[in-house]
Amino acid sequence: MERIPILRMGNFLLVTIQVDMHDKLALTLQDDLTTRIAEVGAKGVLIDISSLEIVDSFIGRTLANIASMARVLDAETVVVGMQPAVAITLVELGMSLPGIRTALNVETGMEFLRQTVPDYRERDDDGDYTED
Amino acid sequence: MSDLFAAIQQNRESVLEEWLTGVKAGSRKRGLIDKDLENQASEVLSLIAGAPAGTRLDDTSAPAWQTLNHLLASFSVSGANLGFSPSEVSLFVLSLKAPLFKLARQLNKNNTDELFAEVSRIDDFVDRLALHTADSYIEGRNQIIARQQQEMMELSTPVVTLWDGIVALPLIGTLDSNRTQIVMESLLDAIVQTNSRFAIIDITGVPTVDTLVAQHLLKTITAARLMGAECILSGIRPQIAQTIVHLGIDLADVVTKARLADALKLALERSGRMVVRTSKTGTQQATPREN
Repeated sequence: MERIPILRMGNFLLVTIQVDMHDKLALTLQDDLTTRIAEVGAKGVLIDISSLEIVDSFIGRTLANIASMARVLDAETVVVGMQPAVAITLVELGMSLPGIRTALNVETGMEFLRQTVPDYRERDDDGDYTED
Repeated sequence: MSDLFAAIQQNRESVLEEWLTGVKAGSRKRGLIDKDLENQASEVLSLIAGAPAGTRLDDTSAPAWQTLNHLLASFSVSGANLGFSPSEVSLFVLSLKAPLFKLARQLNKNNTDELFAEVSRIDDFVDRLALHTADSYIEGRNQIIARQQQEMMELSTPVVTLWDGIVALPLIGTLDSNRTQIVMESLLDAIVQTNSRFAIIDITGVPTVDTLVAQHLLKTITAARLMGAECILSGIRPQIAQTIVHLGIDLADVVTKARLADALKLALERSGRMVVRTSKTGTQQATPREN
């Protein structure tokens, strides 16, 4: 089955959506991501949608849901690289996604996560977290 | 019928003179285009007089009248460009009635029935020509309007880079949905191209803000936020601030500043920059005050 890979970078999880999202894929991603956040105790999630060109209300809602779920699991979510056309579509659909943090690209997104997420590595005793 | 054409040919000079007198009597802008007017009128007359025998006056779409129609159309389009009113342009054609009626009267002195028939035919003919002129006039105007709209669209949405990572969109003129769409797209494209984290929308040049315009602005701001850029709204005049509050538009989520300078300052601050006066000019200004 088609899956979107979830990469781990220290405290953060990195998701790059490089295929056209369909409803099933979005739900799978939601499942996988929440499981993974709980598993590794991630404090930040970065979702790169710069290759996503088509978005509908369901995908938009799923993104918002993922952000809310991550928040419940104590992880900050940032969505990066949204295309102008996608942004316009979401606004026209009436979805302003108020709970989601956004950034222009992966670089600024990571910078934002590093600033907002407190560094837990020092307090970590069992050495679970590797160096950057 | 051909009698009339022949009569026009014979009495060309007097008909032309009478026609022009009629046009000038009814026109506000006397003497403005005398020479052009004369040339036009004489050309129209020769086209009417030169119509082939058997051409019917009551069918202005006949091939014989095509040249005349084209001539009148170009005349009224150029009239529209020169700023003549539609009635002035129609009057030019309608003034032809009087001299033609006079000719008809001379031709049918003894036969009243024939005279009436002739007069009504001429009347009909000139009316048709005048209607055609009016139509062409409006068409000319529409072309001007379409061209101006196109030109307005072209100059309406410049996105300027104020600093690295800070773009500004100075909006000028009334915003409608069509324009807002273009504004939104060009701003979002500029954000991607320049990799800008801050976008300043300056509405100093927007004369009125109603609910629709505010909604368009909010949409643009939300779309920019979705892409990861922060929008600052600036240039809100006191009247517009009053209107926004009276209309109950909620701008609570939007950072607003009165001046573009304040917005730029905020954007610089948020991106970790700051503007300082160089020490030299600073001391020069400070010294007199201390003394």
